[in-house]
Amino acid sequence: MSPRRIAVVGASAAGLAAAEALRRFGWTGTLTLVGDEPHPPYDRPPLSKQLLQGAWQPDKLHLRAADQLDTLALDLRLGTRATGLDTATRTLTLDDGEQLACDGVIVATGVAARTLPEAAGLGGVLTLRTLEDALALKERLSGTDRRLVVVGNGVLGCEAAAVARELGHQVTLVGREALPMARTVGPQIGELLAAEHQEHGVQLRTAAVDGFEADGDGPARHVTAVRLAGGTRLPADTVLVAIGSEPAVGWLRGDPGLDTTDGLRCDAYCAAAPGVYAAGDVARWQHPVHGRHLRVEHRMNATEQGMAAARNLLAELEETLPDDGDGALAPAAGRERRPFTPVPYFWSDQYGLKIQAYGVLNGADRSEATVLDPDARKAVALYGRDGQATGILAIGVPPRRTRGLRALIATPAPWEEAREGVRNALA
Amino acid sequence: MNITLDADKCCAAGQCVLIAPDVFDQRDEDGVVVLLDAAPPADQHDMVREAAAICPAAVIQVHE
Ligand SMILES: Cc1cc2nc3c(=O)[nH]c(=O)nc-3n(C[C@H](O)[C@H](O)[C@H](O)COP(=O)(O)OP(=O)(O)OC[C@H]3O[C@@H](n4cnc5c(N)ncnc54)[C@H](O)[C@@H]3O)c2cc1C
Ligand code: SF4
Repeated sequence: MSPRRIAVVGASAAGLAAAEALRRFGWTGTLTLVGDEPHPPYDRPPLSKQLLQGAWQPDKLHLRAADQLDTLALDLRLGTRATGLDTATRTLTLDDGEQLACDGVIVATGVAARTLPEAAGLGGVLTLRTLEDALALKERLSGTDRRLVVVGNGVLGCEAAAVARELGHQVTLVGREALPMARTVGPQIGELLAAEHQEHGVQLRTAAVDGFEADGDGPARHVTAVRLAGGTRLPADTVLVAIGSEPAVGWLRGDPGLDTTDGLRCDAYCAAAPGVYAAGDVARWQHPVHGRHLRVEHRMNATEQGMAAARNLLAELEETLPDDGDGALAPAAGRERRPFTPVPYFWSDQYGLKIQAYGVLNGADRSEATVLDPDARKAVALYGRDGQATGILAIGVPPRRTRGLRALIATPAPWEEAREGVRNALA
Repeated sequence: MNITLDADKCCAAGQCVLIAPDVFDQRDEDGVVVLLDAAPPADQHDMVREAAAICPAAVIQVHE
């Protein structure tokens, strides 16, 4: 009989959290961690911050030291891509052709950066998701006074623009929305961010990108400018395309039992099929408190959901494996499946400003900001949907104080009640 | 149990404080983690392990 095995696919924040939790919660069988990047798990948020800035070297990004990984006794497959999953038999296929029979699978393959079709094969046009991406961008920003055009004014584009300005380059931030991050944070916070970027010398443009202009032929073809709809031409040495991401679910599409529309669809327990769970940026699960499917691309969620998926998978296996899986599952008290009901959290750092948000901002039908100090870009904003307050954001506020606001939306509260709570907290 | 911090990696998420408020706190000015008890009593150990696992910046090292 083949040994009992759980496979975690995706060796980054969510996959690592899941693997650690599986061990912590009692899995003593084989634990396979498959990741298509060559690196052991590393952290992405610093890529657009400390690493790009030059403050940190790549080795500081490792999420665990080698000896910490060793204690997990992993069957670690780095530089290996999963190419298919048959949920009926729980068989995982790898790109070297190997097939692994699994008792459980946790999908933690994250997302990949979207790009523009016109960028294909064009030198100087980059995206930012991996360590290699960040090092390539850093290399291009190593000279002085380069012209960088950032396409996309979401959080990633804003952070990269801020660092590039601090490094002394000419930066233009282009978005289809007039205000930076406005789709997430709303117009009032968007205005504060626009003012902050402008004060630091970033040029803001509102337009769709029509295409690129280039010099040279073949592999030497290199971007020289970005053309905007309406005819404007922005000369550029380097272009960063930061227009969002696509869930890495292509490898799962062959299985009829899985819904891979905008991520891997899961139930409230993060289960996509019997014995198959998902966590992190790739997972779209039913949040029982918010009453809808959410997919959260935040660092904190990757860890929390990785742990939740691990706990719930083990609880399922305890019920379904014969004889505790031949000893692969150590006995533990109180193992039970629990719905995953986090209060999402995200942060962003731009210049010296910290933005922190708790709860759900996406899909809000209203938002209201209280600007405490426009020049210091200090504000608190509340976000809501269907009459309930679901999220809160603070910018330029000491983090310890911001944490105190979390309780106001930890469970969605009537809008007026939450507004009152914000007023009292700020009084 | 003995706890050490890589505090310069801390992104001030405050999740450790939410989980183990007797062991962790944050500095007022910038939210960076502060260790209140480097060798906490046994009833805190599970919470400390949870905080170390959940910290989004791999700041908290637990030595047992
Ligand atoms: C530059 C940058 C800055 C960020 N800043 C912040 C921030 O300030 N705050 C915040 O809250 N969040 C931030 N984030 C988001 C945060 O990093 C993500 O939410 C987090 O990395 C998600 O972790 P994950 O493990 O779910 O997915 P990922 O980190 O995307 O990891 C998935 C892994 O799976 C691998 N993989 C994919 N397909 C396969 C396959 N078929 N087989 C094997 N392996 C596969 C991928 O290569 C990758 O290594 C940032 C992200 C980036 C890119
Ligand atoms: S959870 Fe980690 S990053 Fe957040 S405050 Fe604590 S130590 Fe810092």
